[in-house]
Amino acid sequence: MNDVHNEKGTNKSLSLFFKSSFIVSVVIILISSILLYFTFTFDIVPPILNRGIQPATFPKALLILIIALTLLIYFISLKNPWKNEKKLPNSFYITLLSFVVFITVSKFLDFFLGIALLSIIVSYFWGERRVAYLIMVSIIFPLIVFVFFETILGLRFPPGIITNLYYG
Amino acid sequence: MENLGLIFAPLFSYKLLIVLFFGTIFGLILGVLPGLGPTTGGALILPFTMTLDPLSAIILLTAIYCAGTYGGAITAILINTPGTPAAAATCLDGYPLAQKGEAGRALGMATVSSVIGGIASVVVLIFFAPLLANLAYEFGQPEYFALAIFGLTMLASIGEGSPIKNLIAGAFGILISTVGKDFMTSIDRFTFGINELTEGIGFIPVVVGLFAISEMLTQSTLINQIFNRVALKAVKLPSIDDYKKTWKTIIRSSGIGSFIGVLPAEGGTVASLIGYAEAKRWSKKPEDFGKGSIEGIAGAEAANNAATGGAMVPTLALGIPGSATTAVILTGLIIHGVRPGPDLFREQPEFLYGIFGSMLIANILFFVLGFFGAKIFARITLVPNKLLWPMIFAVSVCGTYSLNQSIIDVWLMLLFGVIGFFMRRYGFSVVPVIIGLILGELVEGTLRQSLVIFDGNWLMFLQRPIALTFFVLSLIALTFPLIKRKKKNDKV
Repeated sequence: MNDVHNEKGTNKSLSLFFKSSFIVSVVIILISSILLYFTFTFDIVPPILNRGIQPATFPKALLILIIALTLLIYFISLKNPWKNEKKLPNSFYITLLSFVVFITVSKFLDFFLGIALLSIIVSYFWGERRVAYLIMVSIIFPLIVFVFFETILGLRFPPGIITNLYYG
Repeated sequence: MENLGLIFAPLFSYKLLIVLFFGTIFGLILGVLPGLGPTTGGALILPFTMTLDPLSAIILLTAIYCAGTYGGAITAILINTPGTPAAAATCLDGYPLAQKGEAGRALGMATVSSVIGGIASVVVLIFFAPLLANLAYEFGQPEYFALAIFGLTMLASIGEGSPIKNLIAGAFGILISTVGKDFMTSIDRFTFGINELTEGIGFIPVVVGLFAISEMLTQSTLINQIFNRVALKAVKLPSIDDYKKTWKTIIRSSGIGSFIGVLPAEGGTVASLIGYAEAKRWSKKPEDFGKGSIEGIAGAEAANNAATGGAMVPTLALGIPGSATTAVILTGLIIHGVRPGPDLFREQPEFLYGIFGSMLIANILFFVLGFFGAKIFARITLVPNKLLWPMIFAVSVCGTYSLNQSIIDVWLMLLFGVIGFFMRRYGFSVVPVIIGLILGELVEGTLRQSLVIFDGNWLMFLQRPIALTFFVLSLIALTFPLIKRKKKNDKV
């Protein structure tokens, strides 16, 4: 319950904007509002074909409910502040970045290569330095998974520079 | 009741026994590994079940569910980290007892109470699921709508964390279910011109993302964490004195777990916390709790395993999941063409009783495997996260891709992984999202069809006694946390 923003010397009105409850509420309300805007672009069913409610009505109601409940948790948080979360370490951002690498590589180069690259990045930056283990985790294991899915489930992976070699 | 003999059918099929055996081992491994668990494991294994017949597939998933729930206790007792959220209460006394050099006794009690709780809940399942299914014959669209709303409000009310946050998460889950072509009018909703989204967002990318990928991100913040492992010589069966101390607790917790399990919520987690609290309240030595009380372990473990059978009751009888893992099992039923509900009880009793029987056998199997193999399973926790999670990522990606062979599913899985991470970081449980997603189509479908039946008159809902009962119960469920909080404040 200790809130660093309430520490002596901080501007209280300014610190309000840095509280996690404020940031989370703003993000939820912002995304919900954007989605709510999109619901107004949904096609409308002519009254003669309309059975019950319009297709946009239900999502609209849900989004309004989410916005209302978010406002409620924000106002409650003014009385009972959320606990302050620790700053995220670099390893988190690297892992997140490895997702971006995976998406980029698997889209433009190869799905399997994407998995291998992500595995080696995550394993290395989480502290693994032994080459044999890095090879195992980034090449051997994904290869086993790949072959398993391909043979047992008859799965066809998306084309790419390595996958094409496998499929000939 | 004439179908009771079918319970033993899995015993006479070597194929089902093999599936049960592997499901139990896999469940134990998943339960032991912190951050995984039966929900994530079940979701990951779902694509593989496509190679099996429906009964074998569901038996595999239920064995994972039963054994995974117990497996969490091994890590809770030996390294003070619950393998599954349902084992969190087991840490409170399991680890202190292990530190006193009695890890074997703690694990023995956890194993025995888990098995008793698990078997008791299967008995509840066998007797109550058909009764509930019979009742469901009276249900029309308005009743199902009211029931789904009741399920969601219960989730908010007795789930972990803030009820309002749970409601937001549940509404978010329902919102996800609205993506794609509207089932009544075929009008696109939230597709943003992406063709793959017209079919809607699949269950697997959301579950794997919210559980496995978000956990991977959580583990990335804990890479410097050091576990203090307690050595285990062998699992010991509880002594006569231990049984004398705990038998009432085990029976009470089995009842609590079975009841909580039936309600749609985070079954095992909530059940174990209540089971533990009640064990302490009724104990002759409440001061021992938190310091290695054998009753504390029994109370938590009997309750969380009892929730497994309880959670299967609404899943099979009504098609409404009682927990996140039963949501995965429900998906397994649906993708294998099995529609849960009253008709299933009438038309496929051998299928249902096969599931009941397999849950009983799974409980006995994990007792044997847990008793003789806990030491080996405990060694799995030695696999470092820096190797384990990249491997889980590879399986998650391939598993998610495999169901629809869609790369969009993989992107969605990663997106939900990031969303899940931030949800958990800021105190939002991800379980309501899963339940909301599963119930979403039912909620919207039954609402709209009811309005067609009622010619748009909303007040007609209140003229249906069963629907009205569920709405009143929903209202009670919503106001219950407020009353509880007020009482607590008044006490302070």
